[in-house]
Amino acid sequence: MIEPGSPAPEFTLSDQDGNRVSLSDFRGRTVVLVFYPADFSRVCTDQLSVYQEVLPQFEEAGAQLVGISVDGAFCHKAFQDHQGLTIPLLADFHPKGEVAKAYGVYSEKHGVAGRALVMVGPDGLVQWSYLSPPLEIPGANLIFDALEQRTPA
Amino acid sequence: MVIEYADLECPYCAQAHLILKELAITRVFRHFPVTSKHPRARVLAAAAEAAGRQGKFWEMHDSLLEDQGHLDDPHLWERARRFGLDLERFEADRRSAEAGERVEADFRSGIRAGVATTPTQYAAGEAFPGVPGASLLAVLR
Repeated sequence: MIEPGSPAPEFTLSDQDGNRVSLSDFRGRTVVLVFYPADFSRVCTDQLSVYQEVLPQFEEAGAQLVGISVDGAFCHKAFQDHQGLTIPLLADFHPKGEVAKAYGVYSEKHGVAGRALVMVGPDGLVQWSYLSPPLEIPGANLIFDALEQRTPA
Repeated sequence: MVIEYADLECPYCAQAHLILKELAITRVFRHFPVTSKHPRARVLAAAAEAAGRQGKFWEMHDSLLEDQGHLDDPHLWERARRFGLDLERFEADRRSAEAGERVEADFRSGIRAGVATTPTQYAAGEAFPGVPGASLLAVLR
């Protein structure tokens, strides 16, 4: 998986509403890319629901969260509505998993993104990355810790 | 002793409760309401705290988890009556800033500990996410 210090690979993906979102849109801000296997799966649902709960605190800490999975935009929309999520969800749908592959978090065996967190700094460099063991949910505390340890820009 | 982070509207937490209540252990409850998933979670957490102010926390806790089909306000009042609570006080307490802050403090302690799913149990210094299984029960027995 991508290591801290490397430039974060640029991408442009559709969000749940079909808007095109690029990594470079976040230049000048800190963004946390939340790669996850699948909309609606039990574990992913819990993970995103808990992050949603502390979204205001992430924003206070100066970070924007973005979810990325290989699900399509319509699926993302349904998942968002169903779970009451406002975190933008990007569709790494076609070519499938291309962004997850660029970040080294794609699971060829399962055909989905692994559960990984990648924090990209205002300068577009990876500041922190974390790949979770299967079925283990990285707690929001890991992101808060990484945000606290950031070197001030 | 087991520390439980749970959401009173969460069906898996109800399942965990049914397992843990059979064991002769000290249970420490901490609120971990996930409102995007369970819109009533914070309301219920505050109701349990309010019942606690009148010495009936566990009665409310058990009753909510054991009957999650009845979680609306009138059902809370019915429980309050059944437990012999002063209803007006219960109503004021559950809407008080203090109850909300207490729930939020629990929630934040869970976030800091790395809770990412409900229920999550802590025992013998280890985290056990999910409905209690063989590994947690082995530690508790």
